[in-house]
Amino acid sequence: MPLFAAVSLLSLAAIAYEILLTRLLAIAFWPHYVYIVISLALLGYGASGTFLVFAKRRLTPRFGTSFAVFAVLFGVTGIGCYVLVQRLPFNPLEVIWDWRQQVYLAVMYLTLAVPFFAAASAIALGFAVWPGRIGAIYHADLTGAGVGALGIVATMFALPPEDCLRVIAAGGFGAAALAMSGEGRRWVALGIIVLAVPATLAWPVAWLAPMPSPYKGLSLALTVPEARVIAERSGPLGRLSVIESPKVPLRIAPGLSLATTLAPPEQLGVFTDGDGVAAITRYTGDLAPLGYLDRQTSALPYHLLDRPATLVLGAGGGGDVLQALHHGASRIDAVELNPQLVELVRRDFADFSGHIYDHPTVALHVADARGFVEASQRRWDLINLALLDSFATSAAGMQALSESPIYTIEAFQAYLDHLAPNGMLAITRWLGNPPRDTFKLFGTASAALVANGATSPAEHLVLLHSWNTVTLLVKNAPFSRDQIAAARAFAGERQFDLAWFAGIRADDANRFNRMAKPTLYDAAVALLGPARSTFIANYRFDIRPATDDRPFFFRFFRWGLLPQLATMQGQAGFVFVDAGYLVLILALFQAVVASVVLILLPLLWLRQDGQRAAPSDRVSVALYFLLIGFAFLFIEIAFIQRFSLFLGHPLTAIAVTLAGFLVFAGLGSGVSKRAAARWPRAAILVAVAAIVAIGAGYVGLLPLVFDALMGWPLAAKCVATVGLIAPLGFAMGLPFPLGLSRVAERTPALLPWAWGINGCASVVAAVMASLLAMHIGFTAVLAIALGLYAAAALLSGRTQSAT
Amino acid sequence: MGPAHGMLLRVTHVARLCRLLVTAIVASLLAIPAQTAAADQYSAARLDMVRVIEAIANEVGGGSTPKMLNADVLDAMRRTPRHAFVPADLQDLAYADRPLPIGYGQTISQPYIVALMTDLLRLEPHSRALEIGTGSGYQAAILAELGHEVFTMEIVPALAEGAAKRLSDLGYETVHVREGDGYFGWPGAAPFDAIVVTAAASQVPPPLVQQLRPGGRMVIPVGAAFLTQQLILIEKPADGTLRTEALLPVVFVPLSSAQ
Repeated sequence: MPLFAAVSLLSLAAIAYEILLTRLLAIAFWPHYVYIVISLALLGYGASGTFLVFAKRRLTPRFGTSFAVFAVLFGVTGIGCYVLVQRLPFNPLEVIWDWRQQVYLAVMYLTLAVPFFAAASAIALGFAVWPGRIGAIYHADLTGAGVGALGIVATMFALPPEDCLRVIAAGGFGAAALAMSGEGRRWVALGIIVLAVPATLAWPVAWLAPMPSPYKGLSLALTVPEARVIAERSGPLGRLSVIESPKVPLRIAPGLSLATTLAPPEQLGVFTDGDGVAAITRYTGDLAPLGYLDRQTSALPYHLLDRPATLVLGAGGGGDVLQALHHGASRIDAVELNPQLVELVRRDFADFSGHIYDHPTVALHVADARGFVEASQRRWDLINLALLDSFATSAAGMQALSESPIYTIEAFQAYLDHLAPNGMLAITRWLGNPPRDTFKLFGTASAALVANGATSPAEHLVLLHSWNTVTLLVKNAPFSRDQIAAARAFAGERQFDLAWFAGIRADDANRFNRMAKPTLYDAAVALLGPARSTFIANYRFDIRPATDDRPFFFRFFRWGLLPQLATMQGQAGFVFVDAGYLVLILALFQAVVASVVLILLPLLWLRQDGQRAAPSDRVSVALYFLLIGFAFLFIEIAFIQRFSLFLGHPLTAIAVTLAGFLVFAGLGSGVSKRAAARWPRAAILVAVAAIVAIGAGYVGLLPLVFDALMGWPLAAKCVATVGLIAPLGFAMGLPFPLGLSRVAERTPALLPWAWGINGCASVVAAVMASLLAMHIGFTAVLAIALGLYAAAALLSGRTQSAT
Repeated sequence: MGPAHGMLLRVTHVARLCRLLVTAIVASLLAIPAQTAAADQYSAARLDMVRVIEAIANEVGGGSTPKMLNADVLDAMRRTPRHAFVPADLQDLAYADRPLPIGYGQTISQPYIVALMTDLLRLEPHSRALEIGTGSGYQAAILAELGHEVFTMEIVPALAEGAAKRLSDLGYETVHVREGDGYFGWPGAAPFDAIVVTAAASQVPPPLVQQLRPGGRMVIPVGAAFLTQQLILIEKPADGTLRTEALLPVVFVPLSSAQ
């Protein structure tokens, strides 16, 4: 039936737009916007509920036309609002300095909600027009969305983001045409299709192509005379831009000793989403010009091992592979997530890079780092976790969700389990001040050692730093005296400092690269001793080791800091918050304000209108849809985050998880009528009981399943993910339509209101769940969600028995 | 008027004194129409700015970060027309204690950071300083205002041109601006008593280290634009072994940012 096809298509386009927006905003700004986008999409849905309260009576008699108008509106604003937002002088870095930036953020948030508003209004009209077919419409809506979520990821491999935008807009026009032809108005349908051609194609590329912030690495690199982009690749893992800078050479060598005059040979820079540069270094087969690779902190392990069989995780442009080659590694396994990056090094710039990935001692693996290690039967003398900025490059978007599956206790245990006897794990990271990730890294490593049975982790760790990088070495066995002597010699020659090794004295530390106090050494002592938990509890950043349940290595913010900030009277105070995190908190605030306004508005109107609904009905309907709105989104977001860890491929995780929930919730809603017929009084209770039982079971089951399947190929893991989500999603699809049908039966005037409240709860929940998960972890968020479902069921049970 | 004033202190030779006086008078006469009007409009804001800097220094100082900044540095900040170094549409914000965008992804640093960095250089009078990353030229102007000779390099041609013109229009004759790659420093003018690297630096170019006089100091702010996270101070003792020191974070944010 064309109506259902129209709903499906529009829903497909809307979810594709949602996922595409997270990409577009990651390129323009930084990848902190995933949950903001999910939230603003839901705001559009919530706002449509409110809107229909006012406009329903006028729109329902002309359903087909109204649907078509909204669908066309989606097609137009989907591109138009994005173009407007691109022109907004929003600079997230200035959010703390300038209140106007907060206004721009709000404008961006509201503007981008418009297309979602249009799509949701069209779909919600269907519910209002055919209350008897709510389940079927919901079914069409959600299956369309499921297909859209998966389809857009595939499309992103084939088309640049600006063309994806055109395709999505065309979907809006297509849905409108379907709706018109469903009413027998073929000519109008044809007209819409004709209109769609210029409306999607006429937008100039320059308006649609995402413009990176001028403060991102790529933009800055391009201000240098003669620097230019010589190749570009676009895909779901990010937009890769290769630049050359013939006049002012790129000199990418993190952690280079101040005591050296060596510099890298010619390099190309590869930026992912305009940030996080990785180098492709000119290599001719002659190792002599690569001496600088021995003057970086990351060269340390090669001085403690002899021709190690090496695993490089996050091979990127090949810098760490080159370092291993330079030091005579006997075998190098290089793991890189992004096939497009591999293709650039291996094919497009093969001569420049000296065919490094086809070198006889190098074996290249396109895989996610964690999954590769867990699946492998091999043992290495050295596992090298490359400096994140190049790893982030390969694992782009990872930080969008803020999960880092590679920096958890469980991940470290896996690395340690794959070391040969006397082998070591080496991790290099930027050194911040005051240090935060260095401490978290050190704590994570020692926790992993303890978990693997080490009795005295202090002897298994060596921590080295320059003025801006740290390299941590971890062994299953204690470091030998010779190794420690070699490390000291290495550090001394390069004017690096050792901040930890077994037997270090306080005056060994903080010599060349000083902090006001020997902070790194002090922290190492504290983290290895009985004062560990006090130290962690009292530090101003959250430096608790990340776990698979709470895999947010890069989240350091502590809410406990806020009162401290507030008490700094006067005009000033230190802020220890990343700008991105601040933007997320601001977005939460905006989401709350926007959704409160959206809930209150129709409430006031309903009262004036003297509707038949009793106040107690209004309260219980509001509460019910609020609870299930929060619960659904809490589970969905928590699963996105948890499965992102499992799948190791962030955008795929969003797409597969969203699609899984939507499709199976869609199927669930499709049987809602039958369920209501079968259990006329207790359908909601039955559904919620199923949700709670499955959800609670997953708390124990998921870690085991993940453990067992971690090494599977991505496609198989995707199937497993959908399979795991299926039963839960199916059950979660029921409470909403069951509740809606009941409202439609008893107090139809409250129907759009219920829809709106549910949407608004989702708006807030999307951002809140992501923040909550960062702080309390997946299991806790899941537990809260199950509690909310249970409360909703009890509420519905009570109102049921009251009638 | 400022640079000429600084130089007067040093001059002993009568003839040079006379010549300088004439130059100073002519220069200040030329500068009067444009500059004094502006100075009047913003002079109160400028004094306020320095009061804020002092308050911040007092609040966050400790360890290697001074609680009291050098009085000459503060004086120089009282004299230098910061509004002339920011884009026209942002002049009203010029004296707020915040960084401002100047185009090309660059910023003019927060006044407190400029004051702190200048203070940390601990320059003797009439020193020779190298700056990598001229930007709009404000840091160079402050150093010139203190009577130092400043060699400053900027990689973005448009910024270099703009800063050179601005500094010369404002009469900063002891500032030399050159467009180009700061990596190799300015060998012809080396050695330097101090080096400021304001360009995004994830490493310290060895040529700069070589051009730093033993006993000299180098300061590098580290962090994203608008969010300077810390200052790195590099000292080069007589024995040539470098010492770097990470000074505590200097992200300093006015909570009532609507000023």
